[in-house]
Amino acid sequence: MEALTTLAKVDTGDTAWMLAATALVLLMTPALGLFYAGLVRSKNTLNTFMMSIAAIAVATVTWALIGYSFAFSEGNDIIGGFDYAFLKDVNFEPLPGQTIPHLVFFAFQATFCIITTALVSGAVVERMRFPAFLVFAALWSVLVYGVLAHWGFGPGWLFNGGTLDFAGGIAVEMASGFSALAAALVVGARKDYGRQALLPHNTVYVLLGAGLLWFGWFGFNGGSGFGTGTNSQLAFTNTLLCPAACLLMWFLLDALRGRRVTAVGAATAIIVGCVGITPAGGFVSPGYALLLGALVALPCYGLIAYRTRTRVDETLDVLAAHGIAGFTGILFIGFFAQVDWGGADGLFYGNAEQLWDQVKAAVAAPAYAFGATYLLLRVLGALMPLRGPERDEAQGMDVIHHGEEAYASGEGAILVSESTPAKTPVPVADPG
Amino acid sequence: MKLVIGIVRPEKTNDVLEALYRAEVRGISMSRVQGHGGELDRVETYRGTTVQVGLSEKMRFEVAVSDDFVQPTIDALCDGGRTGQVGDGKVFVVPLERAVRIRTGETDQGAVTPVGAS
Repeated sequence: MEALTTLAKVDTGDTAWMLAATALVLLMTPALGLFYAGLVRSKNTLNTFMMSIAAIAVATVTWALIGYSFAFSEGNDIIGGFDYAFLKDVNFEPLPGQTIPHLVFFAFQATFCIITTALVSGAVVERMRFPAFLVFAALWSVLVYGVLAHWGFGPGWLFNGGTLDFAGGIAVEMASGFSALAAALVVGARKDYGRQALLPHNTVYVLLGAGLLWFGWFGFNGGSGFGTGTNSQLAFTNTLLCPAACLLMWFLLDALRGRRVTAVGAATAIIVGCVGITPAGGFVSPGYALLLGALVALPCYGLIAYRTRTRVDETLDVLAAHGIAGFTGILFIGFFAQVDWGGADGLFYGNAEQLWDQVKAAVAAPAYAFGATYLLLRVLGALMPLRGPERDEAQGMDVIHHGEEAYASGEGAILVSESTPAKTPVPVADPG
Repeated sequence: MKLVIGIVRPEKTNDVLEALYRAEVRGISMSRVQGHGGELDRVETYRGTTVQVGLSEKMRFEVAVSDDFVQPTIDALCDGGRTGQVGDGKVFVVPLERAVRIRTGETDQGAVTPVGAS
C-alpha cells in the first residue's frame, strides 16, 4: 500500500506521451542512417548506415551501465556520480518534480545519447574503420555526451546556473557538431577529397531520411517537457514552425546563389531548422520560432558553402547543421525568451543576465566537446588504427568491413554451402 | 585507325579521363562492366546465404583513334589506371574497318578526328 501512495504521483497521460515520444526519438537514428547513407557514395552505403545502427547498440548499453549515472545523478558540477550506475534505483517511482516513472525518463534520455553518438559519425564516414568507430562510440557516449548532458540537462553547472536549454542545444547539437570537427581533423580527409567530385549517391534517401528525422523530432522536442504540459505543447508546435521557416529561407539562399532550389539543400534545411528550435522550443513564442528558423539558416548555409572550399573533410557537415545551428538556438534564447512562454526573459525583455547564461554555454560546451573528442581520438589512434589502407577506401567500406554490398545484383555470385565449400581463391599474382 | 579498349578500376576513372584529356584524346565512350581477372574472389554473406563473388566492377573505355593517336591513348590508359596491384585492368587494341560520323556522313579519318581539331 505504501508503494501505491508514491506511485500516485505518476500521471498516465504524461507517461503515455513519453512512451510514444521515446519511440519517436529512437526512430530518428535509423532515419539519420538513411539520410547519411544517401549522402555518401554507393560503395559506402551500408557502412554509413551501420554506424548509426551501431550507435543504437553501443550507446544504449553504455548509457545503461554508466552514462545515465554520469549525466543525471548528483555528483558535482562537472560530472555525475555512480548513484544510478547499472540502473540502480531506476524504477517506477518518478524523480522529484516529474510525473513519469524514472524508468521511462531513463529510456527517453537513452534515445538522446544514441542519436547524438550517431550524429558524430557523419564526420568520419567513408574512411574510419568500423571496429575503431565502435570503440570510439562507446567511449564518446560516456566521456563526452555523459558529461555535457550533466551540464545541460542534469544537475550540472550550466543547468543549475540558469542556462536555458530545452531539448539539447548543449548536449546533443553543440556536442555532436564540435566533436565532429575534432573527429574530422584527427581521422583526416578521405583520400579522394579535393581531387574528385564526391557526390551523394541517392538524394531520395536524403529527403526521406530528413523527413523521418523531422517526424521523430516532434518526440524529441515535444517530449522534452517530460509530459503534456504547456511547454511540451509549445515545443511541439515550434518544431513544425521553425523548420518550415528555415526551409523557405534556404530556398531563397539557394535561389540567390545558384538560381535553383536544391533537394539536398532542402533536406539540410529541415535538419538545421529542427536543430535551431531544439534548445529554444519550450521558451520562445511561435512567432519567434518562425524568426529563428529564418535566422538559423544564414550561418549554417554560409559555413557549408565555406567548408567545402577548405581541406577539412568534415564530410556530412555535422558542425554546420548541428553545432552552429545549436549554437544559434542557444544564443537566440538569450535575446528572445519570455517568461510568458515558459522561459526566462531574454535581453529584449529586459534581462541581460539570461544572455550571459546562454553565452557561457555557447562557449563552454563547444570547447569541451572539441577538446575531449580530439584527445579521445588521439589516444584511441595510438592504440588502434582509425583507418585502413588506401586500397580499402578505394574498394569501399561495405565490402571491406561488412562483406556485403548495398546494391548487390547476385549475378555471377556462386552459392557457398557445406556441400560446395568456397573454393580457395588462386590469385594469378599476390595482390600484396 | 584503331579501336582502343581500356578496362580499368572504377576508382581510377577520373585519373584516366584526366590523362586522356592531357593527351588530347577527346572522343570516348565509357561504360560500367563486371569482369573477372586475377583478383581474389570475395566472399559475402547475406543472412546465412554465403556467396563467392568472382566478378569485380570495372570501367570500360572505348576510344576510336587515328594511327597517330594509338600510342598516346594507350599510354594515357596505362598511366591513369595503374595502381601497381592486381586488378588494374587491360588495354586491347583492335583494327577498325570503318567509322562514320552520323551528323555529316564523314568517314574514317575524318570521322574519328574531333570537331575543331585538324
